[in-house]
Amino acid sequence: MFMHPSILPILADIWMPRAASTVAGPIDWLFYFILYICIFFFFLILGLLVAFSWMYRYQPGKTQGPAPKHSTALELTWTFIPTVIVIVIFYYGFKGYLDLAVPPPNAYPVIVLAQTWGYQFQYPDGAIDDVLHIPAGRPVELILNSKDVIHGFYVPEFRLKKDIVPGRFNRLWFQANEPTEPDKPYDVYCTQYCGQGHSTMRSTVTVDSRIDFDKYIYKISHFVGPPPAQGRHIYEKHQCIGCHSVDGTRMTGPTWKNMWGNPVDFESGPRLAAVDAAYIRESILQPGAKIVKTFSNVMPPQSLKDEEINEVIAYIQTLSDNYKPPATTQPTSGPATAPTTAPSAPLTASAGSAPASDSTK
Amino acid sequence: MSSTAELEHASPPAAAIYLTPPEDNYLTHDKGVMSWIFTLDHKRIGILYMGTVLSFFLVGGIFALSLRTELLWYNTPDKFHLDKELTLNLYNNMFTLHGAIMVFLFIIPAIPAIMGNLILPIMLGAKDVAFPRLNLMSLWIYWIGGTFFLYVLLGGVLHYGFAMFGHPNVNLPGGMGLDTGWTFYAPYSTTKSLAGVVPATLGAFVVGFSSILTGVNFITTLHILRPKGMTWFRMPLFLWGLYATSIIQILATPVLAITLLLVVAERTMHVGIFDPAIGGDPVLFQHFFWFYSHPAVYIMILPAMGVISELITVFSRKHIFGYNFIAFSSIAIALLGFLVWGHHMFVSGQSPMTDSIFSFITFSVAIPSAVKVFNWTATLYRGSIRFKTPMLYALGFILLFTVGGLTGLFLGALSTDVPLHDTYFVVAHFHYVMMGSMLFAFLGGMYYWFPKIFGKMYHEQTGQVAALVVFLGFNLAFFPQFIAGTQGMPRRWATYPEQYQIYHRFSTAGAYLMGLGLFIVAGNWIHALKRGNKAPPNPWGGNTLEWHCTSPPPYYNFKKTPAVDDPYALGAWEYVSEEQGWVPRHSEPPPLAPPGQNVAITH
Repeated sequence: MFMHPSILPILADIWMPRAASTVAGPIDWLFYFILYICIFFFFLILGLLVAFSWMYRYQPGKTQGPAPKHSTALELTWTFIPTVIVIVIFYYGFKGYLDLAVPPPNAYPVIVLAQTWGYQFQYPDGAIDDVLHIPAGRPVELILNSKDVIHGFYVPEFRLKKDIVPGRFNRLWFQANEPTEPDKPYDVYCTQYCGQGHSTMRSTVTVDSRIDFDKYIYKISHFVGPPPAQGRHIYEKHQCIGCHSVDGTRMTGPTWKNMWGNPVDFESGPRLAAVDAAYIRESILQPGAKIVKTFSNVMPPQSLKDEEINEVIAYIQTLSDNYKPPATTQPTSGPATAPTTAPSAPLTASAGSAPASDSTK
Repeated sequence: MSSTAELEHASPPAAAIYLTPPEDNYLTHDKGVMSWIFTLDHKRIGILYMGTVLSFFLVGGIFALSLRTELLWYNTPDKFHLDKELTLNLYNNMFTLHGAIMVFLFIIPAIPAIMGNLILPIMLGAKDVAFPRLNLMSLWIYWIGGTFFLYVLLGGVLHYGFAMFGHPNVNLPGGMGLDTGWTFYAPYSTTKSLAGVVPATLGAFVVGFSSILTGVNFITTLHILRPKGMTWFRMPLFLWGLYATSIIQILATPVLAITLLLVVAERTMHVGIFDPAIGGDPVLFQHFFWFYSHPAVYIMILPAMGVISELITVFSRKHIFGYNFIAFSSIAIALLGFLVWGHHMFVSGQSPMTDSIFSFITFSVAIPSAVKVFNWTATLYRGSIRFKTPMLYALGFILLFTVGGLTGLFLGALSTDVPLHDTYFVVAHFHYVMMGSMLFAFLGGMYYWFPKIFGKMYHEQTGQVAALVVFLGFNLAFFPQFIAGTQGMPRRWATYPEQYQIYHRFSTAGAYLMGLGLFIVAGNWIHALKRGNKAPPNPWGGNTLEWHCTSPPPYYNFKKTPAVDDPYALGAWEYVSEEQGWVPRHSEPPPLAPPGQNVAITH
C-alpha cells in the first residue's frame, strides 16, 4: 500500500538515513508523501511569484488592467484544498503513531537508565551494559528511566525517539529484522538538552542474530574476576567513566588517579586528610554531601549494592601510584616516594591479583 | 504642522512642494537627553525601542556567529586542544543566550514595540496611543528586564574569561552564565544548571510586563482612537496584525510570568512543583511554558504578516486581494494558536489521545496561513510592481514563510514528528518562520517606514543588494539544516559525529554571509541618517494615513483627525518626479483634505 520512496531516488538518498526498524517504512512513506506536497506547493508559489513579478513589473506608459479586489469562490477554493490535504496528512500521521504507541505483547523488555551523561541498559536477567544489544526479528520494549534530568533516546535509523523523563516510565518499542554489520552499530543520541555533556551523551545499539545475542547476554551476565577487576567493570558499565578519569585528566568529576589515601579539599567543610572507604561510599550514595573544591554538584546518587561499592573501592585503590597488591608472590615496583599519609590497608585483602588495568569487556 | 502650508497654493507648480514641513517635527521638538528618556511621544518611544532592540539583535547575532564558528569542526575541543569542560559549557551558554536574547528581547518586541509605536497612532490619524504614560512605562520596564539579561551576560563573560586563564571561580552573585536553553526546562533549570537561571528568568518575567502593557495600550487605542470613517474592516491590515498580536500578549504572557516565578521558587526554595525528586512533574513545566511560548510564535509572526500585507499592496500599486480573509485569518491564527502548545511534547510521553488532539488542531492553523500566502500572491496579479528594497524583502518573506510553513507539516504529523523532533529539522523550521519570515518583514518594514520616521532616504541600490545577500545567506545557513535534521543531527549539540560536518560547514558559511548582508543594511541606514537625501512625504505612494503627513511627522501628527475611507485606494495617488514622491491626483477631489485640514494640493 505504501508508495516506495525510491520513485525519487536522488531525494531519497539526501533525506532519510537507512531504515532499520519495522516502523521506519510507514514513517518514511509519510515523510516523502508530505515532501512531494511541499515541493508542489513551493514551486507553485515560486512560479506564481516569478511569473507575476515578470508580467506585471512596472513599465512606464503601461496601464494596469482591471483586477478584482476579492473573489469568494477563489478564497473558498484555496481554503478547501489545503483543508483536505492536511486532514489526509493528519490521518496517516495518526495511524502511524498508534502503531508506535502500542507494543506487541511478547516484546523483550530492556530497562534504560539515563543519567548525566550516559546510558545503562539493564537486561531481564539483571546484567548491565553501557551499549544496547537487541535480538533481530523480535520486538523489543525499552522502559526509560532517568536518575536526574530529562534525557532523550533517539536512534535515527529506527526513526524512533522518546524523552526519558525522571519520575515517569516512558516506553518505546521497536523491531529490527536485519542484524547490523560487524562493528557498525547504530548510534543512540540524547535529544533533550541535559547540560554540559549533552552532546557527548551517546551510545550504540547493535542488532544481533539470535545466536549472537544469546552469546552476548551470557558474556555480560557471567563476568567474573577479582574485586578490582569487578570494580573496573562497574566503572565502565555504570557510567562512572563518563565523568571520572583514571589517568589524571580533569573531567566533570574528580579523577580517581591517586585519589586513595590523599588529602582532599571541599567547597565547604573541613579538609579530609586521606580519602578512605567511608568517604567513597558516601560519595557514591550521596554525591551531594561533600563537593570537591572547584567541582559542581552534578552527580546523581547511585544505586549500587554494598558488594559492588566494595569492588569499586578496591579498584580505586589500585589507581594509586603507591598501590601494593596484597599478594606477596612478587615485589611491586611502585614509585619510591611514599606520601606522608600512609594509604590505608586495602579493604579487600582476599583479592590476590594484579590491578585490572586492561579492559575487561 | 504649520499653517503656512496654505501659502503653497501661490507657488508655481514646478517648484512647489506638496506638503510644507512644519516648523518643527517630533525629532526637533524638544532637546536634551531628558526630553528623550521622559518623552511621552509615541514616535520617540518607538525610536528608543529601536535603538535598544537593535542593540540586543546585534548581541544575539554575535552569539549566533560564535556558536556557528564552534560548529565548523565536529570535534572543536579536541582539534584545538581546548579544555573540554570549558568549551562545552561555553557553547551551551552561547546557544542559550542567543535564543533567550533573540526571543525575549528582539523578535517579540521588534515589530510591535518599534513599528507599532512609531506607526500605529499615525495610521489612525491620532496624536498618540491611548495611554502615553503607560507606553513610557513599558519602555522602562523593557530596559529593566534587559538589564537582567546584561547582568547574566556580564557574569558569563567574567566567569569564562577568567576560567580560560585558570581562575574558574570568578563569579558575580547569581550571574555565572546561563546554560538551560531559552526554554528553561525543569528539572535541569531548577537543580543542576548554572546560577544565571534566577536573574534570567526574572528578566524574562519583567520584560513580559512590557509586552502586556504594550498589548493593553494597542488594543485600547485601536478601539477608541480610530478616526471617523475607519470601520474595523477599513483598518489597515498592519493594524489587524497588531490587534491579533496584542490579544495574545495580554492573554498568554501572564502564564509565562507565573511559570518563571515558579522556576525561581523551585530553585531557591525547593517547593516541589516540577522536580520529580521532590514530588513535582517536569512535563507540567512544559505545558505551562508552551502555553505561552507557542502563542508567542504568533506574537512574532502576526505583526510580520501585517507588515507584508502593507508592502505587497503598495509596491504592486494594487488593492490588497481578499482583505476580509486576511483580516479574519489573523484573528483565526491568534485564537487557534492557543490550542496547539502540546505539539512541543509529542515525544515527552503524554498520552496518545492528547497527542492526537494537539496534532489535529495544529493542522488547522495551517489553513489560515495558507490563505494569507495565496492572497498575497494574488495581489500581485495585474499589478504594476516596483522592486524597491521593501518589496524585495516582502517577496523574500513569502518564499521563506512558504518553506517554513510547509515544513511544519512534517512536524505537525504525529508519526513523522517522532524522528524529526529535537533535531536540526526543527531548528531549520523555526528559523525559517521566526527568523527568516519575521526578520524579512522587520527589515522590509524598516526600509518602508525609514523615510517617514527619519525624513531621510536610504540608498536604494545598496538596499537591494543587501536584501539579496541576506536572502542567499539565510537559505545557505538554514536549508542544509533540514537535511542534517532528517539525517539525525540533534539540536543543542556542541560536538557531533563527523558525518554531519558538511551540513554545518554550509550552515556556518551562510551565517557569515547573512551577517555580512546585515552589516551592509546597518551601514546603509547609518549613512542615510547622516547623508541621506531628504524624504518626500509619500515616497512609495501608500494610502494609509502615515503617508498623509510630512516626513518626519510633526510632533502632533495631525492637527485634526482626518477622515478616511479605503486604506488601499492607491489610485488616488500619482508619482511626480519633481517631488521625488507621490501626491494626490489633482484630477480627483483630494481624498483626505476636508476643510481645515492642512494638506495643500498643488498638482
